Amino acid sequence: MPDISVVLPSILQPLAGGQSVLTAPVDGPVTVAKLLDSVTADFAVLARRLRDETGALRRFVNVYVDGDEVRRLQGLETEVAPGQEVLVIQSVAGG
Amino acid sequence: MVGMATTESFVLAIGTKKGLWLATSPDRRTWSFTGPHFLMSEIPSIGIDTRDGRTRIMVGVRNEHWGPTVAHSDDLGATWSEPEQGAIKFPEDTGAALERIWQIYPDAESRPGVVWAGAEPISVWKSTDGGEHFELNRGLWDHPHRSDWGAGYGGAAAHSIVVHPQRDTVHVAMSTGGVYRSLDGGTSWEARNKGISAYFMPDPNPEFGQCVHKIAADAAVDGRLYAQNHHGVYRTDDNAESWTSIAEGLPADFGFVMLTHPRRQGTAWVVPLKADGERIPPNGELAVHRTDDAGGTWKRLDKGLPTGEYNSVLRDAASVDSAEPAGVYFGTRGGTVYASADEGETFTEVAAHLPDVLCVRAAVVAGA
Repeated sequence: MPDISVVLPSILQPLAGGQSVLTAPVDGPVTVAKLLDSVTADFAVLARRLRDETGALRRFVNVYVDGDEVRRLQGLETEVAPGQEVLVIQSVAGG
Repeated sequence: MVGMATTESFVLAIGTKKGLWLATSPDRRTWSFTGPHFLMSEIPSIGIDTRDGRTRIMVGVRNEHWGPTVAHSDDLGATWSEPEQGAIKFPEDTGAALERIWQIYPDAESRPGVVWAGAEPISVWKSTDGGEHFELNRGLWDHPHRSDWGAGYGGAAAHSIVVHPQRDTVHVAMSTGGVYRSLDGGTSWEARNKGISAYFMPDPNPEFGQCVHKIAADAAVDGRLYAQNHHGVYRTDDNAESWTSIAEGLPADFGFVMLTHPRRQGTAWVVPLKADGERIPPNGELAVHRTDDAGGTWKRLDKGLPTGEYNSVLRDAASVDSAEPAGVYFGTRGGTVYASADEGETFTEVAAHLPDVLCVRAAVVAGA
């Protein structure tokens, strides 16, 4: 089955067992929300770092699909197809 | 059993805008520091739980990117634990998400394992497993006043929790909303702000809506509490049925801190700031003020404190310990922390050049 890769920033990799890339096997397009559900299923703390308990993406967490930030697309409902790459990057924020 | 006198030591926890520092001391004069823990995350709340024969340090952590969480350590910060699913998590039906943990409050010796938390959005939580999992207090969450509660500059939060050590009386203070009291352990809540001014509202004496910055209970007089308000310092002797001003004698009635003595009646400490619009120590002269007669008179305490200090002291950036005489500790937004081993008569600087100090807690612990 093809899969979709989610690339994590180094600061989050300890929460994914040291992995820099998580993959989810899919048999067709899925939403970013479902993709995050899948790749964080075994990493509950990682899941909480990315989204709050309502499921919303945290304000300064950016998710890119093929270079486009999902807030500029359909948010977490943006569809991702097998073979595409998803990047999680913290935004430039803080003081 | 080992004698307390030979094994007591002191723990000081300093939560800042960019991490946590921990210090231990055998005598409250020399301190050994570790940190920063949780570098680049703010630590707005700390609870040190010395019940059950262990020292558990619980911290509210908030990272600008990765959100809030609660962590705890049973080995003075050598290791930290965080429940997989999170210790504080809003139930799905609320549609709410945790923003920040403002208060972590271990309950009395008589209720081991019970820990309370206050959070933003305005909410109160209770744990019965030593702070590893908290349950939302539905009585306050569903309170009919909720839609009228507001946000102060720092956010809308329940920041003060005072629990009666024997009875089911709980007082909570929130900004803005004021003081709420429960007589049934938190099932139902009523506003209790009579006498506290809300000068910033059209009706300056509303039932609720006050911006009470901090409340603390008198350890020895049942039904007596003290409040530092957004302008105004108050005392109640009737379990918050009514409040009267005790600000006379202070250089300013604005401030955030309210501390009470761990045992002695009538003793409380405040750190006055000039005004709402000028949140600095009056004339830039930092001083703690202590009353020993429940607010009848105040004594200025500034020995060991600098002049020319223009940083404020936030509501939880101050603490007392339970030693005799009691220790008094506080930190500034300029990152300096002061400690007194004699109830505020003299202070020494124990840390400087830290990030903004958000929370300070101190405790007497066995060993360490």
